Order: sequence, then C-alpha cells, then structure tokens
Amino acid sequence: MMQMLAEIAVALIVLLGALFVLAAAIGLNRLPDVYSRMHAASKAGTVGSGLMLLAVGLHAGDLATLARALAGFFFFVLTAPVSAHLLAMAARKAGYPLAKQTLLDEMQSQEKSI
Amino acid sequence: MILAAALWIALVVLGLAFLLTVWRVVRGPTLPDRVVALDMLVGIVIGFIALIAIRTGFTLYIDIAISLGLVGFLATVAFARFILARHGGEEGGEAPPAEIPAPEHPGLPAERRKPARKGKIDEMAGSRRRKAR
Repeated sequence: MMQMLAEIAVALIVLLGALFVLAAAIGLNRLPDVYSRMHAASKAGTVGSGLMLLAVGLHAGDLATLARALAGFFFFVLTAPVSAHLLAMAARKAGYPLAKQTLLDEMQSQEKSI
Repeated sequence: MILAAALWIALVVLGLAFLLTVWRVVRGPTLPDRVVALDMLVGIVIGFIALIAIRTGFTLYIDIAISLGLVGFLATVAFARFILARHGGEEGGEAPPAEIPAPEHPGLPAERRKPARKGKIDEMAGSRRRKAR
C-alpha cells in the first residue's frame, strides 16, 4: 500500500514536471520578444526539470540518491536566474529591441538620466 | 503500472516540448532567442535523463544530469558575454557582420588603426620570444 502511494506520488510529480516543460516550450514559441521568452524558459523550464530530478530521488527511496537529487535541484534553481539575468542584461545592452506591447522600459529611463 | 504509463506520457510530452524548442532555435530571429532556446534544450534533456533514470533504475544518471546542468549554465554565461562583447544588432534582424568596425572611435579611420594594432602584436610576440630564450 505504501509502495503504491509512493509510486502514485512519483507519477504525479513526473507528469507535473512534463506539463511545466511543455508550458515553457509553448511560451517560448508564443511570446513576442527575447525578454518575455526568457521569462517563460528560465522559470517554467527550470521548475519542470527540477521536479523530474526530485521524482528520481523520491523513486529511489535511498537517502544518498535523494541528497544528490536535491543538490541537483537546488543547483538548477540557483543557477537559472543568474544565467537568465546575465543573458537579459547582455541582450538589452547590445540593443535588441523590446516588443511593441511593452509598457515600461526601466533601463531606457536609466540611460536618459545618466 | 501507473508509473510506467505516467513515464510514457511524460516522455511523449517532453518530446513535443523538445520539438517546439528546436523550432524556436531554427526560427529565432535573433541570437539571444537561440541562446534562450538552447538553455531550455539543456533543461529538457535533463528531464529526459531523469525519466530514463526512473525507467532503468540507474541512479547514477543523476550525476550526469548535474554535470550537464553545469555545462549548460557555463555555456549560457559564455554566450551572454559573447553577445555583450559583440554589442551589435540594433535592428534585431539577422546577426550583424563582425567585420564592420564598431563605431567607438569615429575619428580614426580603419586603415590607420589596423597597422598600429599589428605592430603592437608584433612587439608582443617579440617580447614573448625574448622571454622564451
């Protein structure tokens, strides 16, 4: 019974992770410019792959494996914002344009004030 | 039984997401679009590795996933530095040609800058040769 419950939990986590990754991929194709695509890919995609790693750790039922899976999960969750921020800053400074629907461009006012 | 069905569904969904992301890499109008999509591809491949680890029971796959994530992070950081160093693409179209000198020194024509840089490189090479002796 307990094993059955654990299996159902792992299956649910795997499906949830796959759905997050699918949402990220759809957002990557539907959103209008680089910055909003980055928002879809770096948040939903990271959560998706992190949930799948967590599912591996739970499925193994071993403390060492769970610790490694958690380490990988936290590694991804910590590095994804760093790389996304670096990429967004590089694209903005290189002058790649924002979408027409953009309402607020805070870096533009910063450049004007300097 | 339930887990096997869930793994199949998740593999199919991940394959679909993989194809969508590859479509963005192929079509992406700018270089940062492609870099974002490649970063996303690394995440999807990590998901594939995790699913295969559950299917086969080899937990050593987690280490491979962690190292792949590290490589993907470093690749994205390197691409960001590259985009920042290239500093072009105002029109947002295809990648600007790298041969055109950046308009940082408008007073200096390109012919005058090149020999000076070449002489400097020669001088550096000479000093390195002297140091090697």
